[in-house]
Amino acid sequence: MSGELLRAEGIGKRFGGFVALEGITVSFAAGQLTSIIGPNGAGKSTFFNILSGALTPTSGKLHFRGRELNGLPQHRFVHQGISRSYQITNIFPDLSVHENVRVAAQALTVSYDIWRNRARLTELNARADAALDAVGLLGKRAELAKFLSHGQQRALEIAIALVSEPELLLLDEPTAGMGPEETKDMVALLERLADKRTVLLVEHKMKMVLGLSRRVVVLHHGRLLADGAPDEIRSNPEVRRVYLGQSEGYG
Amino acid sequence: MTSPSSGEAVAKSSPGGLGWLLEQRVLLSIAVLAVLPWLLPSQALAVNVLIYGVVVMGYNLLFGYTGLLSFGQAAFFGAGAYFTGIAIGRYGVPWFAAVPIAVGLSTCLAAAIGIVSTRTRGIYFSMVTLALAQLVYYVALQASSFTGGENGLRGFTVDRISLFGLQVNFLDPVNKYYVLMIFAALAMWFQSRILNSPFGAVIEAIRENEQRARACGYDVERSKLIVFMLSGAISSLGGCMLALHLSIVPLDILHYQTSGMIVMMVLLGGARSFFGPFVGAASFLILEDVISLWTPHWQIFVGAIFVLFVLFLPKGIWGTLLDVLGIGKARQ
Ligand SMILES: Nc1ncnc2c1ncn2[C@@H]1O[C@H](COP(=O)(O)OP(=O)(O)OP(=O)(O)O)[C@@H](O)[C@H]1O
Ligand SMILES: [Mg+2]
Repeated sequence: MSGELLRAEGIGKRFGGFVALEGITVSFAAGQLTSIIGPNGAGKSTFFNILSGALTPTSGKLHFRGRELNGLPQHRFVHQGISRSYQITNIFPDLSVHENVRVAAQALTVSYDIWRNRARLTELNARADAALDAVGLLGKRAELAKFLSHGQQRALEIAIALVSEPELLLLDEPTAGMGPEETKDMVALLERLADKRTVLLVEHKMKMVLGLSRRVVVLHHGRLLADGAPDEIRSNPEVRRVYLGQSEGYG
Repeated sequence: MTSPSSGEAVAKSSPGGLGWLLEQRVLLSIAVLAVLPWLLPSQALAVNVLIYGVVVMGYNLLFGYTGLLSFGQAAFFGAGAYFTGIAIGRYGVPWFAAVPIAVGLSTCLAAAIGIVSTRTRGIYFSMVTLALAQLVYYVALQASSFTGGENGLRGFTVDRISLFGLQVNFLDPVNKYYVLMIFAALAMWFQSRILNSPFGAVIEAIRENEQRARACGYDVERSKLIVFMLSGAISSLGGCMLALHLSIVPLDILHYQTSGMIVMMVLLGGARSFFGPFVGAASFLILEDVISLWTPHWQIFVGAIFVLFVLFLPKGIWGTLLDVLGIGKARQ
């Protein structure tokens, strides 16, 4: 485990009068998978939106690799090395699977080039195919993204996020809406990713979370409830109380 | 029909085969336009197809490929025409210099309108482009010492032009057609280049999913401004062609009805297809010609046909034809 990659200091977010997040202070080290869990509406996606620049926090500061991120426009976050997938599938439906990933790869280098032929940018094409291969979608590269199955679309989203070679990968419920078979594939993929990357994972499937992560952070009503190794979280009475009566397959 | 998504379109086609030929959308389009005067009932119609085809092609970049529904494209069509006429008639600029100057100035106008309008979205974008284009209309109406106001701009007849040392009688309709076709060919080549470029992929990504494009690292506002300017530049070239063709610029060219006509043409022909704008321009102009022979209320009928198209042929004539022929994936 190398040093600290991301630090959030007193992050708060309100929507009008509603406090979605308050006083979140937490830091993440490079090179491990950390899960963020919490009941529905706890503020997990809101926290991800802040970490990826989609929302600006109403209070607090973000530091990434020693640099303050506050005030940076959303599209610059990928360039800093933070990239994400969404809870609700968010792809380019009418583009080919390959193009979905290729266009993401291209953002870091030749965005505004109106002159060269992009079919000849072979390095980008190869990188896109490598990312597709990593998520097991290389065989589908020529298909339109909208014709993929739900599980494949979720995997495509991860390829889109992966191809920018992010230092920090944020995955918001990658198994949302998946059946057991698809979930198994996704867990295998996450295990491979966790090997060499810093990943923050939001998930509801508790068994999966406890198995995958080295560390678990629990949010509840927009506040940090617990933070520790999976075993500590499992036996934490506060966490048990929050999840009681929820049919999330806890334990 | 859509632009190629990646290397595979190029890789698949064997050189020399039908696939290869279908890839050559610029050459094929030029070939069709070259015989157009003999396919259509009149020379005058063919010239208009050429001119409106270029205007609509520029608009297709914005509407078809980027998904931005502007109701103000007439501003750039008109700007190209007025700037060309003013440069030639008032400042004695030779015609070959007047055209790039007019395109340059029109692109600046597109930058100004784009900076304001691309910050808005959806229906607001449509309304802001409409309002700003109307502003251009009223400026042209009021600045009559420059523009001729209501009477249109006159007094800049181009009759003879020299092309690479060759004296061409520009009053001859056939000569005129082929000289203007050089401009159309240039515009098609430029448009094709944009569509094949990395930036061509960015605008499609923005159309498909703006939020995702932003999350992928694209400055969406900046990209929209760039495509707005490119689109305005190409449409303005159509305006230059019109000015050279008519030797007058009617004020109507800036009217919002012209913007509406451009939208109709692209939808008739097929948004997001390379040659669709020319098909759309031709169909619209033919419909207008034919129906106005029967009834002065031709607009009602054209409007009705247009509604039927939007409802039942959303890919337009050309886009649907390519789908039916199973070459929808080719670049035409
Ligand atoms: N743009 C918004 N405007 C107003 N309220 C919002 C907005 N986004 C989120 N919220 C509210 O903030 C709270 C936290 O939402 P968030 O999506 O972060 O929860 P979550 O932990 O991701 O929940 P889930 O497990 O259901 O995905 C919810 O009550 C939600 O209704
Ligand atoms: Mg959520």
